[in-house]
Amino acid sequence: MDTLANLALGFSVALSPYTLMLAVVGCFIGTIIGALPGLGPSNGVAILIPISFALGLDATAALVLMTSVYYGAMYGGRISSILLNIPGDEPALMTTLDGYPMAKRGEAGNALVLSGVASFVGALLATIGLILLAPVLARVAFLFGPAEYFALYLLAFCTLGGMASNNQAKSAIAACIGLGIAMIGVDSSSGLPRLTGGNLHLYDGVDFLVAIVGLFAIAELFFFIESHGKGSSIGVVLDKVTIPWKYIKQTFPTMLRASGVGFIAGVLPGAGASLGSFLAYMTEKSIAGKDGGFGTGVPKGVAAPEAGNNAAAGGALVPMLTLGVPGSGTTAVLLALLMTLNITPGPTLFRDNPEVVWGLIASLLIANVVLLIMNVPMVKIFVKILSVPAWILLPGVTMVSTTGIFALTGSYFDLLMLIGFGVLGYFLRKLDVPTVPVILGILLGGNMEDALRRAMTLSDGDPSYLFSSPIAIGLWIAAILGFVAPMFLRGVLKKPQAVSD
Amino acid sequence: MASDRIFGLIILITAVAYIAAATQIQTNFFSGEYLPKLFPILIGAVAAISSLVLVFKPDPDPEWPDGRTWGNLLVAVIVLAFYSVLIKPLGFILPTAIAASILSYQISPQPMKAILAGVGLSLGLFVVFKFILMLGNVVAYRIPTPAKLWDAISILIPFVGH
Repeated sequence: MDTLANLALGFSVALSPYTLMLAVVGCFIGTIIGALPGLGPSNGVAILIPISFALGLDATAALVLMTSVYYGAMYGGRISSILLNIPGDEPALMTTLDGYPMAKRGEAGNALVLSGVASFVGALLATIGLILLAPVLARVAFLFGPAEYFALYLLAFCTLGGMASNNQAKSAIAACIGLGIAMIGVDSSSGLPRLTGGNLHLYDGVDFLVAIVGLFAIAELFFFIESHGKGSSIGVVLDKVTIPWKYIKQTFPTMLRASGVGFIAGVLPGAGASLGSFLAYMTEKSIAGKDGGFGTGVPKGVAAPEAGNNAAAGGALVPMLTLGVPGSGTTAVLLALLMTLNITPGPTLFRDNPEVVWGLIASLLIANVVLLIMNVPMVKIFVKILSVPAWILLPGVTMVSTTGIFALTGSYFDLLMLIGFGVLGYFLRKLDVPTVPVILGILLGGNMEDALRRAMTLSDGDPSYLFSSPIAIGLWIAAILGFVAPMFLRGVLKKPQAVSD
Repeated sequence: MASDRIFGLIILITAVAYIAAATQIQTNFFSGEYLPKLFPILIGAVAAISSLVLVFKPDPDPEWPDGRTWGNLLVAVIVLAFYSVLIKPLGFILPTAIAASILSYQISPQPMKAILAGVGLSLGLFVVFKFILMLGNVVAYRIPTPAKLWDAISILIPFVGH
């Protein structure tokens, strides 16, 4: 009953005409962002945070807008996967495996609608899972002291690093770059500057928004300059769109299973949506067996990764909201949004700001319905948007990103840092170093250090305090396993390559 | 092979410098003697160990762009750097139109289309930012004094700017 009362509170926040309008606008923009090749949910949300902040929206409105953009981008990502064979972001990669062959066979419309429905089912089930699981986890989280939090942050870096990269050392370096940058600025306890090199601009530290937009959006520009925008023209024609009831009925059990798998993958801190869509696809593939025809354009191969991907996106919100530890790149960006709005996620959020949490959950449900309604009849409009050429799109994205940062801070120094992060992002991605741990490091560095310092103060400098409780030991073991296990499982968990023409 | 080795060495040097800088962090009575230094030193140590792994066990080289493309990328960085310092003294429209045109030309070398894209983006985004989103700090144009203009550009020159 408690849950229902909370939901009612959430809907009372989220169902006002103004926030409803924001949800619709957010879903629309989000779908466009997701559909544009080279722009995924993380950079889409990242570019928009400075702007939504400069707009002066209040916390709930900004949250509704950005979560709608987030969910919208997850939906939109499938459009470029299916029609162009270009995944907008990593989780959408699995959708290309069967979606693109389907589209080439002339079933582009069917694939798009089916994936839309699968996304809806996945996201809806995950949101319900979030409603049930988050308050429970929030209660457990009250048992967490500084030692447990330190181990938890470590776990997030380890699992994220294990999953995100092919080379553990590289993901560890990425995390260290982020954490190292987070240390810059005035130290909270002494009031003295740390590691600023005497530069006054750095006394406030490095704004994580600058880092996120630089690493995601500006780096993308450099990649497009390198490739001269090749591969952004439309490959498959879409004629008429009907609702393929037969496929929906046939793949419904697949969607349910994939949602379950995806949600669990999403809840694991650091694992996130890529793992969700991957596991969902692989599970369905092994259930279908050799005769299932996965990889040749079967409807199940479209439904499974889309449901898994969206369920994982919802699941990733569980650790983000209850523990303040994001489960994926995009939730890291959403965490950045919350921190910009001065909301600290964690167990206290459920107690102190129930209207924010439940408003967010309600807006997720609303965004989901809006997206389903918007996506089936309007899919042709979004497909048109795909044909925006790269020579307009990328300069536009760059200008929107820089202006967003400039409108927020008004400082040339932040813009120069933005470009610096863009260059860093280009080199890191070239060298196969994941950039998400960098972001996570900048976001969580302060909190992680805080946990360590409090632990050291409480124990009078005794390091064994960090392993003093069963929860902490469990988290340490999970962290080490999460970091080491992928090295041995790499052969088993090998990601299938995208189909080539 | 070589790329990862060089990257590893750069990280190693940075990590050692970072640890050295961390040991010099000023402390006072409130923060205690070692707490502000502890975590930065740990980070530097982990980075240093990981970089050694890269130096001794590098991955295959990525496909680096050719000399021309490097030139293009450098131009893009310079354009963006000038854009960053000039948007304040010159206002939004002129720097945005020029920067967007150049970037557009770099992605697809068609001069007319690039200029149209740049001017269109500049005016379109200005209307969106100024009149729809009503963002602060966005000003259509400013006519700077030469001194102010020099002030802005000199930021980009090492040891002259501030």
